[in-house]
This record gives sequence, C-alpha cells and structure tokens, in this order.
Amino acid sequence: MNFDVAFGQYCEGTSLLHRLDPRAKILMSLFYIVDVFLAKNVFAFAVLTAFVVFLIALSGINMKIILRGLKPVLFIMIFTAVINIFWYSGETVLVSFWIITIYLEGIYNALLIVLRVVLLIAGTSVILTYTTTPLSLTDGLERLLSPLAKIKVPVHEFALMMTIALRFIPTLIEETGKIMDAQKARGAAFTEGSLVKRVKALIPVLVPLFASSFRRADELATAMECRCYRGGKGRTRMHVLKATPVDVLAVLVIILLGVALVLINNFTGGFAIGW
Amino acid sequence: MSKIIKAENVSFAYEGDTPEERVEALKNVSFEIEEGTFTVILGRNGSGKSTLAKLLCMVNLPDSGRLVIDGVDVTRGDVTEDEIYDLRREIGMVFQNPDNQIVATIVEDDVAFGPENLGIEPAEIRRRVDEALSAVGMSEYARHSASRLSGGQKQRVAIAGALAMKRRCIIFDESTAMLDPLGRREVMKSIVRLNREEGITVILITHYMNEASFADRVIVMEDGGVVTEGTPDEVFSRPEEMFAAGLEVPQTTELLWRLRKAGLDVPLGTCTPSECAAIIKDALGKRGDAV
Ligand SMILES: Nc1ncnc2c1ncn2[C@@H]1O[C@H](COP(=O)(O)OP(=O)(O)OP(=O)(O)O)[C@@H](O)[C@H]1O
Ligand SMILES: [Mg+2]
Repeated sequence: MNFDVAFGQYCEGTSLLHRLDPRAKILMSLFYIVDVFLAKNVFAFAVLTAFVVFLIALSGINMKIILRGLKPVLFIMIFTAVINIFWYSGETVLVSFWIITIYLEGIYNALLIVLRVVLLIAGTSVILTYTTTPLSLTDGLERLLSPLAKIKVPVHEFALMMTIALRFIPTLIEETGKIMDAQKARGAAFTEGSLVKRVKALIPVLVPLFASSFRRADELATAMECRCYRGGKGRTRMHVLKATPVDVLAVLVIILLGVALVLINNFTGGFAIGW
Repeated sequence: MSKIIKAENVSFAYEGDTPEERVEALKNVSFEIEEGTFTVILGRNGSGKSTLAKLLCMVNLPDSGRLVIDGVDVTRGDVTEDEIYDLRREIGMVFQNPDNQIVATIVEDDVAFGPENLGIEPAEIRRRVDEALSAVGMSEYARHSASRLSGGQKQRVAIAGALAMKRRCIIFDESTAMLDPLGRREVMKSIVRLNREEGITVILITHYMNEASFADRVIVMEDGGVVTEGTPDEVFSRPEEMFAAGLEVPQTTELLWRLRKAGLDVPLGTCTPSECAAIIKDALGKRGDAV
C-alpha cells in the first residue's frame, strides 16, 4: 500500500506553494477556511473559484489528483445537495407533485453548497496537504504553537508524537499485512463467513500487533535515550524555518481575499447561498 | 592511555514474572577497554553480548559488581541523571534492530536527530549529516522515506545516526548483520577508519570472524561470561576454546590449526589466504618433502 499518498498526501514539486514556509501555509489555510464561509453570493463564489483554480495551476498539481481527493466526500455532497433541493423554499416553482415542491432557488442553493465543499477541500489541500511534507507540517505546527509552551502546553511532545506516528504507521501497516498472511497460511479466513466470524478472525491479528507495538515503543524509547534525547529543551534543529516577505505576503493575500469577498457580497446582487 | 570502560565482576539478570523466568544474562564479567582501541566481542546467540552492550550504554545498570565508564562509577548508587546524560554524549550504540531506532520519517532528518538533541548549530548538523550519510554510502537516499528502505539500508541509516553524533566511543551491536558482502566491507571500512584516523573507541559485536581480524582485542563470551580474550592472533591460535564457545575461527586459521595437528610445523594466527599459502609453502619447504 502506498502509504505516503494515502495519508500524508504530499505531492512532490518545486512550485511557490511548495516552497512557502509551513507556518505561513498553516495560517493561510486557516484564513482560507474563513474566506470560504464568507463567500455568499454567486459573484463571490465565482471569484473564490477562480482563485482556487489559480492556486492549483500555481502548484502544478494534476487536476486528477485534486478530483481524486474529493471522492471520499462525494456521498456527503450528493446527500446535502438532495436534502437542499427538497427542503429549500423559494419563489420560482419548478416541479410540484404530492407534498413535494422543488424550487429553482433550491437547486441554486444546492449547487452553491456543493461548490463550497469542493472549494473547501480543493483549496486546503492545495495550500497545505498536497504541497507540504508531513514532517515540515508538524515542524511548522510546533513552531507556530511554541508560544503555548510558556503556559505549559506540551507542544514539543505533541509534535514529536506526530513525527513518530508518521514514521511508524507504515511499519505497523506492513506488520499487520505480515501477521494476516501468517494467519491465512494457518487457515484463517478474513473475507469469508458471517460478520461475527470475521471479527473473531481479526483477534489473532490484533493481539500480536499490540504486543509487538509495545515492544517497539519500548525499544524506540531506549534508542532515543541513547541518542541523547531529553525533551525539547536545549534542542536545535537542522532545518531552520525562515519566514520571508513572500510568506507574509501570501498570508496577506488570503486575508485580503476575505475582505474582497465581503465587499462583493455587499455590493453585488445575484443569488446568495442560504446558509 | 586511559581506560574508557572498566568492568569488575558485573552481573545482570532479566527479571521475569516468576522466579523461574529470571534469566541471568551476565555473570561476573570483568574486562577493561582502553580509549582509542578497537574491540570485537564474539559469542553465540544468547551469550549475553547485547545485554553487555546495553550495560555499557547505561540502558540497564548492573545488579552487582562495579562498572566505571569514562571515570564515572555508574554502579555507585547515587549516580545522577545528568551524569548519565553527559556520559551518553561520549558513548553510544547502534542497536541490533534498525527499525526501532529510526525516529523520523525522512532519512536525513533521522540522522540529524542525535546532533539536534546535543544542541549543535544547524549548519554544523547539516555538515555532519552529509558526512555521515556518505560514510555509509546513503547520500542519494537522504530525502527518502525511512520506512521504505530495505533492512540493510535501515542499518546503514542507524549507523550514520551514530556517526553524526561524533562520540568518543561507539558500540555496534551486529550492525552489519543485514548488509550484503560489498556493503559490509564498505561500512567496516568506515568503522575501521573511525578508529584508526579519528581515534574513536570502537566496540563491535559480530558473528563474522574476519571482522575480528581488524580488532586490537577480541573478547569471547559464552553463557553470560567472558571465556577468552586477547589479540586476534592469540584468540584464534586457540581454536579449541573457540569451538567450545560454539564459534568458528577464520578459515585460514582453521586450516593452519588442522595442519599443525596433523604434524606440520606452522605458526597459528590470523592471516589472509595468500599469506596462509605462503606459510604452508614455507613449512612444506622446511620439511624437505616434495611439494
Ligand atoms: N528483554 C529481555 N527479557 C528477558 N530476557 C532477555 C531479554 N533480552 C535478552 N534476554 C535473555 O538474556 C540472554 C542474553 O541475551 P542477549 O540478547 O544478550 O544475547 P546476544 O549474545 O546478544 O545474542 P544474539 O547473538 O542472538 O544477539 C538470553 O538468554 C536471552 O534470552
Ligand atoms: Mg544480540
């Protein structure tokens, strides 16, 4: 299983978005999420969509990869769209039979809601997850939250936990596969029989997996100690994060985008999303 | 030269849940290691080599006996965390299982982990990481994901992680076991260079007899105790003791030993195959037989 793609989602590249400071990108995606909810009418949505398309082009990431990222939420999108079509009441009646009335505005609204979800996912993935390695992501998060360490929030520990999790999840997946193969060789059936039977077949997989994880954790702790690890104090880093004016500018662009969207909402007409 | 490690009657047991499960892994082990020397520890599986290595790195402390590391008696009873930490800056080890000692996702970030803990300047860390990776032949994998490497490649990364810390003493616990013959020769070359050129004390645990010939001293362990020690020549000239400890001697040494038992007057010791051939030719010549 190609884990890095499934979990970290990072797509190799050298675009401006890839090169931005991870801290800037974390802030950008936070402001971007706010921006998406600020867009209300069709014109604001049009501007936002154009902006996301521009970002995707800038990142050099294949459109197919972006679309693939939307697949997991396809069901939710269709579901909310359908609900909106039936529930929304407007003025222009399109169809009306029995107790169901479908309004034109309902369809508009459904389309905008779907668009909002698409923009939310496509935008954040192109700003953050597709263009930032998991490691620089945790790194950026650690540095960004470092002021919280003053009030005894274990920021460094949290970041280290993420790093170790990222490092060991593929190892554990591989190990699960090995144990399952070993159990299959002994006649276990994971894909046949009733649900109860299948769950029962998983127990001989989970038990050795847990046992070996604890052993691994123990050995890792020992190895870290031998490598002179003793918490975040006095630790330096090989990669120094340096925010450049470009990083500041990039964050500003996202904030200004929000301002622009609010202005467009207020000064243009057109259909506006219900919620 | 000073003694970097001094062990006197050191014993250690793994406590089990029941008294029967208790394993006495080390029994009254005594030896000394001079700073700047190359020591090889040999011994069959379960003879206590890794246990000993873990004591030397202060992962475990001995149950009894005295263990002095770099002038600090770690068995003193009131040894502080800071003292142990300071010792760990000077003495480190590469564990047998490479998988569970790699902390970071990306190879170069993992190699940097140790130096980062020491609080070294970023530019210097970068330099050390590049140097360590090239010493183990992994420079081209610097940006790779560590979990996708092969066993031997992971072992090399673990070795690089230890090299980058630039300590005065490094213990390698079967660190070359998973390497292919070429890789083992390369990594052995950098380990030997570490010792000869940088004067770093090396303790190498291995099952490969030919690696023992690099050593200044060989320690043979059997059932939790030291059975033989000396220079490689001394140790290998007593093959009976090696066989008794469940080990082999280098093939050339064994050949000479067998010839000697058969009545040919040859000296015992370690030598390369061509040296061995010369010795045999010489001895046969002396005997005056037709060759
Ligand atoms: N964590 C542990 N808990 C209990 N017993 C242990 C533990 N680790 C090792 N032992 C036991 O201690 C003894 C010595 O083990 P050790 O790992 O030191 O051997 P070794 O010489 O390194 O062997 P190998 O060549 O296989 O690496 C063995 O009998 C082993 O079963
Ligand atoms: Mg061992």
